[in-house]
Amino acid sequence: MRLSAFITLLVLLTARAVALDGEIRIHDPSTIVQCDGRFYTYGTGGTCLVSENGWNWQRGTTPPRRGMAPDLIHLGDRYLMYVARNVGAQPRADINLVWTKSLDTNSPTYKWEEAGVVASSDGAEDCNAIDPGLLLDPTDGKLWMVYGSYFGFIRLVELDPKTGLRKDTNAAPVNIAINCEAPVLIYEDGWYYLLATHGSCCRGADSGYNLRMGRSKKITGPYLDREGVDMIRGGGTLFAGSSERVIGPGHFGRLQLGDNVEKFSCHYEADLDRGGASVLDIRPLLWKDGWPVAGNNVREGTYQIESLRTGTALELAVEGMPVGGRRERRGGPGPGGPGGPGGGAPPSGGGGPFGGTGQPIPNQEVAKVSTNWPAGAIPLRMGNYLCQAHQKWNIAAVTNAGGYFGSPYFKITVANTDRALAATAEGEMTVLPAFTGAPEQLWQIDPLTDGTFRLTPKAIPGRSDPLALSAIGASFATLSRFEPVGNKHRWILKAP
Amino acid sequence: MTPRRFLSAPASFALAAVLALVLASAFVPTPTLRAAEGLATAPTLKPPATPEIIPGADGFIQRWLILEPIPTVGLTDNAVQAMVKKEHFPNQLTVLPKDGEKVTVAGADLAWHAVDTTEYNLNLFHFARALGKPTSNVLLWGVTVVNSPEEVKDVRLAIGSNAASVWWVNGTEVIGIYGDRQTVIDDGVSKRLTLRKGPNIVRCAVVNGGGAMDFCARFLDSRDAPLKGLSVRLTDAGGN
Repeated sequence: MRLSAFITLLVLLTARAVALDGEIRIHDPSTIVQCDGRFYTYGTGGTCLVSENGWNWQRGTTPPRRGMAPDLIHLGDRYLMYVARNVGAQPRADINLVWTKSLDTNSPTYKWEEAGVVASSDGAEDCNAIDPGLLLDPTDGKLWMVYGSYFGFIRLVELDPKTGLRKDTNAAPVNIAINCEAPVLIYEDGWYYLLATHGSCCRGADSGYNLRMGRSKKITGPYLDREGVDMIRGGGTLFAGSSERVIGPGHFGRLQLGDNVEKFSCHYEADLDRGGASVLDIRPLLWKDGWPVAGNNVREGTYQIESLRTGTALELAVEGMPVGGRRERRGGPGPGGPGGPGGGAPPSGGGGPFGGTGQPIPNQEVAKVSTNWPAGAIPLRMGNYLCQAHQKWNIAAVTNAGGYFGSPYFKITVANTDRALAATAEGEMTVLPAFTGAPEQLWQIDPLTDGTFRLTPKAIPGRSDPLALSAIGASFATLSRFEPVGNKHRWILKAP
Repeated sequence: MTPRRFLSAPASFALAAVLALVLASAFVPTPTLRAAEGLATAPTLKPPATPEIIPGADGFIQRWLILEPIPTVGLTDNAVQAMVKKEHFPNQLTVLPKDGEKVTVAGADLAWHAVDTTEYNLNLFHFARALGKPTSNVLLWGVTVVNSPEEVKDVRLAIGSNAASVWWVNGTEVIGIYGDRQTVIDDGVSKRLTLRKGPNIVRCAVVNGGGAMDFCARFLDSRDAPLKGLSVRLTDAGGN
């Protein structure tokens, strides 16, 4: 994507967006997995959080084996949980495998089975065998586990994907990093990435937890950060740190939702808005220049919504009024003809035809330019963005309307009006005179991995096929099936 | 009885030429030939030489009947809409004229001209200039007939124009783009519509402020690719 768009996105996303809803207190959450349509994550002490949609969370059932910082992976017909325990004083610990065929406690196949120790540390060696992280290598189907916590090395061992146990118990673990914990490996486009948590945990708002990363062409390392420092010598480029009112992100988990939508889970050591509790969060996972980038979900506010494909922006199909009023083109009347309502040539500030008015021109007030807008539904179209009122859109979370993975549904209205963007039964777009909360007016706004956004209505009247907002022409938007390749469905949200 | 004689070679050629002209005139009206004299200087336009043409792989419609320019002013939404809603000549939203027919607009006789463009777009500046007509602050009407071998649903008309333009398919307004703008392929795109089996009348009104003026148009299928299988002629007779 264009650099300017990405920078704009990062500016928009540097602040925290809307937080998850419901019961989200947890420490050291596992990678989130899906089972029978529900999302599950497990944390230290056996905390289980469950969600139907990834937005509203509630407390689930604690598994029989409670321990520290579990990780979870779905392999075949089993859900494998790797969970650590101290065996005496740290750093003497081991990591155990337990598994079940369902995470749904109402399922007849919900039953945790013990499978034994997978890795351990004896209390003297340079490793603390806790905080496992799993990777099923998409290139060759091999299963790997990384583990470790501050004391000594982060280690890598190969597991048997059929049993979940060590493939070769005689094979020595490979040291790949040091002085960090909660390691996770992910693979993307020829690179293995090690994301690990640096800093101190468990001190509430005084926790220095932060997520750092390095990458390697081989799973066994070396994992170099963006400055070329090996993580086995303490390297690590910042992936996510504290921001606004959340402190200490740690315990990364990746979720690939398909169609270029990726998210990551983590916990914050302290959410100041929740009394300093340790809480779960889900955020967009973006990619830039071969490195993962931590994004945030959409932040409420006013935006211009620009198509990456055409460079034109969504607007209400009404006659726009230039900000500051119409002016004549140099040398005679402009092609737009004489000024319309509210127009008229602005006063000259001297300095010739390009000298401006000599004073700041205020933003356009929608109340002043909307007097001639039709009262009913108005078509949606696209045009060159000119800072006009009918081109500015307010994006706001809708309470009690549910959500999707990591985010609530949003309404999109012409800024400072109640005119709401909506899908029609014909699979086209319209702008209704008022927001009613109907599903076709609720929008799922997914950050794509390149930092652009996909906009999808929650439902389309009389249709079941999922359609996303599409810039089919430079001046026209419609709804059509999302195409991961190409720019038709990619939108940039810019602060106007 | 006079012995039968074969024509000499020169005479055969002359007869063949006359026959060719007669045959050509059967489907290319003589006014086009007259118009072609003026339009011959238009570098991208030529008179139709066949009863119908098939759009290329990119689907652009390259045969149109264009009415000589009507003076006007204004490119804004309201100005253009008011302009096309005003009756300039009888049945302006339904008529399917013939090449060379004339209408009277504000006391001036204006002629329809059948033209093929050699490009993806139809250059109205070339058109007006070749005829010695104004190119600034003008409205030009265009119409063509697109024949479809079958009914096709979820089709879109996709156009670009310099400058503003309004478009109709089978009498229904489907696109309006306004303001001082340049032609961009698929700038204005209609909502999903259905093409009838047989002739479908596509009509446009292009309004220019000054400088270059042109337009392009094609139909897109349900996957946004150029619609295949269409042919273009300037009469609604003889369709499928």
